[in-house]
Amino acid sequence: MLRRFTAGRSIARRLAQGQAQPARLFSTSQPRKADITLTVDGKEVTVPQGTALIQACEAAGAAVPRFCYHDRLAIAGNCRMCLVEVERSPKPVASCAMPAMPGSKVFTNTPLVHKAREGVMEFLLANHPLDCPICDQGGECDLQDQSMRYGSDRTRFHEITGKRAVENKDLGPIVKTSMNRCIQCTRCVRFANDVAGVEELGTTGRGNDLQIGMYIEKTMDSEMSGNIIDLCPVGALTSKPYAFQARPWELKKTESIDVLDAVGSNIRVDSRGVQVMRIQPKINDEINEEWINDKTRYAYDGLKYQRLTTPLVREGDRFVPASWEHAMDTIRHGLQSSGAKGDEIKAVAGHTADTESLVALKDFINRLGSENLTLDQSLGDAPPVTGVDVRSNYLFNTGIENVGEADAVLLIGTNPRHEAAIINTRFRKSYLQTGAEFGLIGEDFDSVFEYDHVGTSPSDVEAFLSGKAVKGKGKGENDFARIWKEAKKPLIVVGSAVVEGKDGAAVLKAISKHVLANEKKFVTPEWNGFSILQRAASRAAAYDAGFTPSPTSTNTTPKFVYLLNADEIDPSTIPENAFVVYQGHHGDLGAQFADVCLPGAAYTEKSSTWVNTEGRSQLGRVAVVPPGASREDWKIIRALSEIVGSPIPYDDIIQLRQRMWDISPTLVRYDVIEKPSLEFIKLGLQLLSTPPSTTKAASTTPFKKPINDFYRTDAISRASVTMAACSKAFTKKEYDIASVDEAGSAQASYA
Amino acid sequence: MSVARSLLSSVRTAVVRPAGRRAFTSSSSRLSESLFVHRDTDYNNPNISFEFDAANMKRAQEIIARYPPQYKKAAVMPLLDLGQRQNKGWTSISVMNAVAKLLEMPKMRVYEVATFYTMYNREPVAPNFLQLCTTTPCQLGGCGSTKILETISTHLGIEPGQSTKDGKFTFIEVECLGACSNAPMMQVGDDFYEDLTPETTIKILDALAKGEKPKPGPQSGRMTSENSAGLTTLTGKPYGPGEFCQPEFQ
Ligand code: SF4
Ligand code: FES
Ligand code: FES
Repeated sequence: MLRRFTAGRSIARRLAQGQAQPARLFSTSQPRKADITLTVDGKEVTVPQGTALIQACEAAGAAVPRFCYHDRLAIAGNCRMCLVEVERSPKPVASCAMPAMPGSKVFTNTPLVHKAREGVMEFLLANHPLDCPICDQGGECDLQDQSMRYGSDRTRFHEITGKRAVENKDLGPIVKTSMNRCIQCTRCVRFANDVAGVEELGTTGRGNDLQIGMYIEKTMDSEMSGNIIDLCPVGALTSKPYAFQARPWELKKTESIDVLDAVGSNIRVDSRGVQVMRIQPKINDEINEEWINDKTRYAYDGLKYQRLTTPLVREGDRFVPASWEHAMDTIRHGLQSSGAKGDEIKAVAGHTADTESLVALKDFINRLGSENLTLDQSLGDAPPVTGVDVRSNYLFNTGIENVGEADAVLLIGTNPRHEAAIINTRFRKSYLQTGAEFGLIGEDFDSVFEYDHVGTSPSDVEAFLSGKAVKGKGKGENDFARIWKEAKKPLIVVGSAVVEGKDGAAVLKAISKHVLANEKKFVTPEWNGFSILQRAASRAAAYDAGFTPSPTSTNTTPKFVYLLNADEIDPSTIPENAFVVYQGHHGDLGAQFADVCLPGAAYTEKSSTWVNTEGRSQLGRVAVVPPGASREDWKIIRALSEIVGSPIPYDDIIQLRQRMWDISPTLVRYDVIEKPSLEFIKLGLQLLSTPPSTTKAASTTPFKKPINDFYRTDAISRASVTMAACSKAFTKKEYDIASVDEAGSAQASYA
Repeated sequence: MSVARSLLSSVRTAVVRPAGRRAFTSSSSRLSESLFVHRDTDYNNPNISFEFDAANMKRAQEIIARYPPQYKKAAVMPLLDLGQRQNKGWTSISVMNAVAKLLEMPKMRVYEVATFYTMYNREPVAPNFLQLCTTTPCQLGGCGSTKILETISTHLGIEPGQSTKDGKFTFIEVECLGACSNAPMMQVGDDFYEDLTPETTIKILDALAKGEKPKPGPQSGRMTSENSAGLTTLTGKPYGPGEFCQPEFQ
């Protein structure tokens, strides 16, 4: 069924060696940019050459119904719903599989077209179950919508042999299947193979017996699997966690930003009343295109559990609910009686702290005379090795949108699949379509593209970049070394294992030296091949706002610790007798150390700024109200500062954003990336290449992946039942596939 | 698609819903002809090892060499056939996996091919694999394939899609095999037996049961597909070169 199969891995490699065009897809055509003009329903449109006819029709304002066509997937042309009439063509043509031709006259609204589409619809409905009332897709089903226009109200097929019955498949805890409803558009198969890298999904059988599945019993092991639910035009693939929860028309839709990694995927939060019912992707071509990963999509049920809904004050070894006044007063008291002065007052910012609260907390702590602003990561107590003076030293400078242009990618201490799943799909795309080559220095991971493992440790970075062969590493021997030398647009992705590791400075020194030595390739007006991949949503903003410790504060023992969403905290960094305040939305790790817990709002409950790993600031929006007595985070800090007696000077969000503008205008220039000048980038690299003389040489201790369980990385996903099930099924690989025979309803035609 | 490829009826009954459950509101369900998912059984599971033997491996390499290296996977069909032959006439999951490994393609791509084509038997077949053509020309030609079908069924005591208890025969119905002019016909293994009558059919079956190999081809005694009523044209002596030409060219 699939028109394009991905070629075997070794083949691509061989081709690359032979200097031939490495084509991993059977057919990849280079789009030519020339424009052509054609007429659609009497209206002239001009589109780039190579555009599919269906898009030209769209551009002319003529909607064409479709099932199999999807603008981000390969073209299949197998549903025939998009038939249109083209002048001088004897038959109606499938507009998705037909390139737009200059001068052609297309009609989308003629009796012939209607008859053709009605015919296609009739065939589809002949085998489609009439179960819309119990189908979760109802209300957002392409087949339902289009049958309103093209369907007949009675059938001419009298079901002598019955309707096609297909076994349901068990794809894991996320995707629910009802395969009787499948119309064989193969969107899911194309997505799984081309985008998610799950080559196990395909079609078996043929003709009327064609069915979607993996042939053998298997779960769909992918962090992107949720997207096939969106792609499925009918209710064949629906969402298990959301099954029978809500109908689309009951939901309030709020466009917002995801914060469970540093990509800043654009999402749409669908809520009913005070509950988030589901999270869907929102299209943003510069970031997540149309996809989101499963954590983004399904961790939302974590917002219901383990929440802090009221201020808590520790009395002995238990927490007692308190009023806000009492809680704040206890903190004031605690701060005084702890006797903390200057840097002994320490703040720790966690992964999901929003920019507003970071700025407010920084101002507050500074006002108390402390510079001890640390981050919730290993070595977060020390000034970051990247420095914070030059933005391009800690951002993903290449831009998510542009990573596909790289012809050779060197991943250092990172597993993009877990740290930034969306960027990983872009890598897979360039791996398949442009033949990009990948090398890895760090811990091996289960990748959706082929890479050469050229090293494991910081010293291997030095060796590799200085051109020395790293012996005995990986399968491809030193193949990648040659590719790297010849690359025209090389890209180095530095992961958090480097930045958070002991050897960070040494590794960055080696990298920046290499980049500077090859600056014509790495740093040009069009290309910046030096990128740091953050994995926490708050990190870039924290650096932008200067939420970092001063060198002197590093060694102070704190007496008062303020944890802002800090849930990865290493207990040994919190002294026994310190007074600890935890502000956040979940009773996770951080809250356990607290003397006072202040309930904050989760990302779906506040309108706040998030800066993603590219340095793009985006505005999240309020979808539901914070539960119980919890409040927006910056307001809590503002109130506390007043009670403690050193009020921070802003009373509303406008003034706060003004303050953010003063700190760094980029924080409030929403949706754009500020590009620094080349001189400045190089200056930053020079800083990195001359670290303080105390820097130790790179060690041979291998890099360690910072994320071991993709599904449980923060307070929200750890509280989520769905994520727990995913972790069990995909990380631990303990999933019992519901056997069809046992279930007794092998041919489950009743939902 | 009346090709009954579900060779062992036991496999089918596993998925058939008990009768009598049809409610007012549901239509009857049309099950697929055979199972298009794999179920692990003790005779067919990925742990049973399969490897091409030396001779077949050599052949496989020859086949692979016919295609450009980056399109190696184009060899999937001949290789599956080769595997099927080595594996006693059926393509087990291990055969598919072995082919996928050899061609360095995702296993699912091989499964797709193996399930698409009906001539890959995904269930074991007996050494004598009878494929009776029941398409229209065979139904009409000669005594008609329906008669042959009945003959085989009663003689062996099995329905199409089943195997005999002694494990000697597997019998299925197939669509046109391209020998319509010698209708009715059946294929046994790689050989065609044509111009069948109930008597010749029984003779063939008996011979096969004894382990003999009856002579393939038309059973009526005629040569291939020449006219069964005897030759009517081109009966005279063919004229040689130059005949009827100007004398200077003779
Ligand atoms: S399951 Fe859905 S997406 Fe996949 S082929 Fe069927 S209808 Fe299309
Ligand atoms: S959308 Fe064109 S054939 Fe399916
Ligand atoms: S119809 Fe039987 S061989 Fe053609």
